[in-house]
Amino acid sequence: MKALRYLALSVAAVLFLVPFYLVLRNGLATEQEITAPSWTFWPEEVHWENFAELLANPAVPLVRSMVNSLVVAVLQTAGQLLLCGLAGYGLARIPYRYANVVLYLVVATLMIPAAVTFVPTFVVVSTLGWVSDLRGLVVPGLFSGFTAFLFRQYFLNFPRELEEAARIDGLGHWGTYWRIVVPNSKGFFAALGVIAFVTSWNQFLWPLVIAQDQDSWTVQVALSTFLTSQSIDVVQLYLAAAISISPLVVVFVAMQRLLVRGVAETGIKG
Amino acid sequence: MKNGRAFWLFVGPFAAGLLVFVYVPIGWSVLLSFFEARNTVTPSEFVGLRNYADMLTDRPFLASLGTFSVFAAFIVPLTFVLALALALLVNQISFMQAFFRSVFFLPTACSYVVASLVWKLSIFNGVRFGLANTVLGWFGAEPVAWTVSTSPPWYWLVLVTLRLWLQLGFYMILFIAGLQRIPRHLYEAAWIDGASRGWQTLRYITMPQLRTTSVAVLLLLLIAAYQAFDEFYNVLGTDRGYPPFARPPLIYLYYTALGSGGQDFGHGSAGAVLLTLLIAGVTLAQGRVITR
Repeated sequence: MKALRYLALSVAAVLFLVPFYLVLRNGLATEQEITAPSWTFWPEEVHWENFAELLANPAVPLVRSMVNSLVVAVLQTAGQLLLCGLAGYGLARIPYRYANVVLYLVVATLMIPAAVTFVPTFVVVSTLGWVSDLRGLVVPGLFSGFTAFLFRQYFLNFPRELEEAARIDGLGHWGTYWRIVVPNSKGFFAALGVIAFVTSWNQFLWPLVIAQDQDSWTVQVALSTFLTSQSIDVVQLYLAAAISISPLVVVFVAMQRLLVRGVAETGIKG
Repeated sequence: MKNGRAFWLFVGPFAAGLLVFVYVPIGWSVLLSFFEARNTVTPSEFVGLRNYADMLTDRPFLASLGTFSVFAAFIVPLTFVLALALALLVNQISFMQAFFRSVFFLPTACSYVVASLVWKLSIFNGVRFGLANTVLGWFGAEPVAWTVSTSPPWYWLVLVTLRLWLQLGFYMILFIAGLQRIPRHLYEAAWIDGASRGWQTLRYITMPQLRTTSVAVLLLLLIAAYQAFDEFYNVLGTDRGYPPFARPPLIYLYYTALGSGGQDFGHGSAGAVLLTLLIAGVTLAQGRVITR
């Protein structure tokens, strides 16, 4: 029974790793090797020069698009944690006559998946003149009702004694939040931050809609453009894909625990 | 009114953004859906409910809802069962548990674009050197034109396996989190009562205890299936456009509102409103089930 379990898991694990193997094999081979009628398990010799050729190819703005993706992901992560954290705390802890009205307006947005509203959001953002603009890529993604709601639920369970101690020391809401609440919630911020970063890096539909000039492409839009075009250098495409996932593989290996916590937090309460 | 100022200091920036980037677009979109608006985002001519009537009688739009239903009918139960199976397997072992969990979770690091590349050009490439066709060749079978074959519609196999690979690990983690919250004494009591370790404990203890997680997973899966776009666009789309089959709703809206054939925001908005109502309805119905 136990052996059977490990056998099933091992078979599944191999299947799960096959796509990663394919990206690496194809990215480091030659096109002849990939398209040969008989399967080559690993390139005869590893073609490291593919890297230099890819980076020198003016048709593939890989570096530029990776920089764009990084800027967008960092700004969206930081912005979401800042705005949604503050809002969540206000909704959880500051008694106010209309707090419930605001809360209902936030919760109502949870029923409307952001992807479905991409047409209306595009209409508004293009009126602001933010098409093919960093602001258009970053700003609409900052106001996640879901993240704000998760922060509110988390802050509802924050130990009140800590906040009361801060009150006695003469801190207001603002001081209490920054000096007591945030430093004692680092794990939660980190967990949601990692999820926000991964989501932002991998998002595709919104950047596709809004980043219409090549200079504003994110790495996903750049990859997609070459994948769906007619004439492509297949080897370079795979290598670009391998490079595009490398930052996230690092994040996954280094922050596995935070990620798992983030998924459990965001999934269950959804 | 000291609290009022503090409240808006905290909530104000977020609420303003929510207003501008969520509520205004929705309102504007509802407005546009009653107007003629081609290649412009300013409503020009009031047409009443005509855009809605057009959409509800538009065969491609209705077909896109059908496409979603087929896709959901495969992907939702498959992901649910397989993610639960992986979670149970991983949760029961002690040696190399972290390794297996990481391997199954790792695809979450990939974007749908990268997965589409591998699925379209490598695994399910229609020529002989594609991985699936190579494996078929070992058994003497003829190569299959996976992504362009409409009868039988093999592209479904491509799209469903792609999404399975990408999202199984995520839902496995949710199930593992749920499993670890089940008090151990429940199992011990069941064993004392003579329940078998396999099927009976799964049916009478594990599944009932996982109810909240299961409902949440089903809801998330359903909403994710409604929003399918990335892999359809990248696997089936080319720079010449999108094939006339397998268009989920978002693909349809994308080509209506932003496609090269002219930007029709009136019909696009009406479609978005209809889709939003549909999803909100499902979410509310499911929410009833969750809170009951």
